[in-house]
Amino acid sequence: MIALSAALRASQAACTSSNAIFRTMSAAAASDKILIEVQPFSAHKIEAPSNKVETTLSELRAHYLFMYRMRRMEIAADMMYKAKLIRGFCHLYDGQEAVLTGIEAALTKQDSIVTSYRDHCHHISRGGTIEEVMAELFGRSTGATKGLGGSMHMYNRKANFYGGNGIVGAQIPLGAGLAFAHKYRKEPNVAITMYGDGAANQGQKYEALNMAALWNIPIIFVCENNHYGMGTAEWRHAKNSSFYTRGDFVPGLKADGMDVLAVKQVVSYAKKYALEHGPIILELDTYRYHGHSMSDPGSTYRSRDEINAMRTERDPIERVKKLLLANGFDAAELKKMDKEVKKEVDDAVEKAKAAPIPPDHWLWKNVYAAPANTELRKVDGGYNTPDYDPEYKN
Amino acid sequence: MLLQRHGSSAKCMSSRHSRQSLMSSRRGSLSVTRSQKKQIMMWEALREAIDEEMEKDPTVCVMGEDVGHYGGSYKVTFGLYKKYGDMRVLDTPICENGFMGMGIGAAMTGLRPIVEGMNMGFLLLAFNQISNNCGMLHYTSGGQYKTPVVIRGPGGVGRQLGAEHSQRLESYFQSIPGVQLVACSTVANSKALLKSAIRSENPIIFFEHVLLYNIKGDAGGPDVYQSLESAELVREGTDVSIFTYSRMRYVVMQAAQELEKKGYNPEVIDLISLKPFDMDTISKSVRKTRRVIIVEECMKTGGIGASLSAVINESLFNDLDHEVVRLSSQDVPTAYAYELEAATIVQPSQVVEAVERVVGSKLAYV
Repeated sequence: MIALSAALRASQAACTSSNAIFRTMSAAAASDKILIEVQPFSAHKIEAPSNKVETTLSELRAHYLFMYRMRRMEIAADMMYKAKLIRGFCHLYDGQEAVLTGIEAALTKQDSIVTSYRDHCHHISRGGTIEEVMAELFGRSTGATKGLGGSMHMYNRKANFYGGNGIVGAQIPLGAGLAFAHKYRKEPNVAITMYGDGAANQGQKYEALNMAALWNIPIIFVCENNHYGMGTAEWRHAKNSSFYTRGDFVPGLKADGMDVLAVKQVVSYAKKYALEHGPIILELDTYRYHGHSMSDPGSTYRSRDEINAMRTERDPIERVKKLLLANGFDAAELKKMDKEVKKEVDDAVEKAKAAPIPPDHWLWKNVYAAPANTELRKVDGGYNTPDYDPEYKN
Repeated sequence: MLLQRHGSSAKCMSSRHSRQSLMSSRRGSLSVTRSQKKQIMMWEALREAIDEEMEKDPTVCVMGEDVGHYGGSYKVTFGLYKKYGDMRVLDTPICENGFMGMGIGAAMTGLRPIVEGMNMGFLLLAFNQISNNCGMLHYTSGGQYKTPVVIRGPGGVGRQLGAEHSQRLESYFQSIPGVQLVACSTVANSKALLKSAIRSENPIIFFEHVLLYNIKGDAGGPDVYQSLESAELVREGTDVSIFTYSRMRYVVMQAAQELEKKGYNPEVIDLISLKPFDMDTISKSVRKTRRVIIVEECMKTGGIGASLSAVINESLFNDLDHEVVRLSSQDVPTAYAYELEAATIVQPSQVVEAVERVVGSKLAYV
């Protein structure tokens, strides 16, 4: 545990010392280019992209806003779980916001994305509302998947978000299928399949890597390395914890996952690569403040010092906030944005609390995609012909 | 999806076909002699089904081990890669969990993959993908995603293939919500059912039998489909309803010949749809004969017969004159030795004996 903390602190020290900020103009207007130097990337069998990233104030503002919305939503979920309004398993994403923000900034909505059970934020990054996420967590009919999926099953077909998966690693072959479909239809799009350091030990990941490399499928494997596979630290569950090298014949890049600009840079680079040459692995070094899920306090296998160090030194939102303020962004406007986000989340929670529970007959809906004479036996005898409410079906 | 019920099931009752199916123990020889103009083998019928559907719809594709250049281990995809290319007839590495997930992911985007398990038993490795990401997906996604995938392959007890290659996966898959289980048994219904399965929006697990690939029969044309949820009436009768499926249909029909000689008149129904059951046909038959025998290749514990027996008991109790009799395989791994393997599965003589026991002596019917 101590060894891991030291390593994390060392990488943090490297970050702040190399974060030189250059201004191309004396007055940084919203769309003026700002050049930021991020932590250099580690590369495996590929040339790393440049670690000088161009951005603008308006882009940074958008990143900040989005990350802050995710953060407040996850904190609200934490409180609602403790208030017993959310039950079962609830896996929170706070600390890892930069990963998703950077990915979405580099992709379009025509690129497919699939992830694990830590998927609340993916729903809002792909066009959903915070209210839909909260309602789904409360099990209400206005939820992301009508209250039937729950925390681990958020989906958005119109924005090519393929879920939310409960089983560790099962989404990796699905991602290969999404990329296969892009290639089959000759679309200029990639598929991103996201998983954690724990899932990186799954056999199906290597099966998918092999197939993807064999057929040059445009897939980007993103390993969100938060250094803990559930309750077991990285150095205790992985023989080789350089996950970006474990693709062997598949090239890999490692980036600081707490830095949204680094993530965006490496994902843009990876997308260009994947469209031309096939699979690539990205390891994004990140951290989750909460435990694996709400059932895990998250402090039995890591020290509070480590968690606090992450918060103070590598927090992704604080980093962008510092950049904004250093480049002349109005502090008062930041405060205003914060207040608006808090209000949005609070409103969403209130609306979700008041939302109706799914009606009883929804138990039988959508078990099958097509009715076709399927009678579902009721447990207490008799049959129930599933009907398909036209408003219910997207 | 019912466009036309194929009516040539009568042909498949003939003794020549049932003997042929029990005798054939090798994969078909490469020289196929056709005695009649349209008689083809089941593997050819399945191949025609896939070919016709792939031609009609560019989103239909095949993936599996050795389906392409090798020609298919049971020749069901023989030569198709030449016509459709390597992408649409995809030779996968040996990673069932991986390529099943890949097929399902592709299906989520709207493609219609036909994923082949070289033997259904290998799909145990893909169980997670089939259950969670395929069967339950339409429900957990709130109706947003469909997985119109066909998962097909040979299963059942072959000729001394050993325990791991003689499994009956229908008993393991039957509890998965959201999938349909279909078992073909004749040349005609195999082609028509596979075409319907490919067109279906639901995920279909399509059971073929390893010993039936070389039976000969007539198949329908390119516009002949068959309902995936309807059972087939094989032989109309009055004494007892025998429900069966897949290769056991031929075992039952062989027994039926002997029973006819003894004066019995069994009704034989091929279930076809193992999930959901065609309760319409089943209950009509039970109400007529008031006696039920289920003949299956699944094991006694937890098989299709176990489910069907419970359903009949619960919903048709007052229409029964005798408890539901289930003839199933023994709850043992299938032995390699020929005699022990034969003792594991249901033989025609056991069906005859069961009918005699259930219906009683024929003197009472004079």
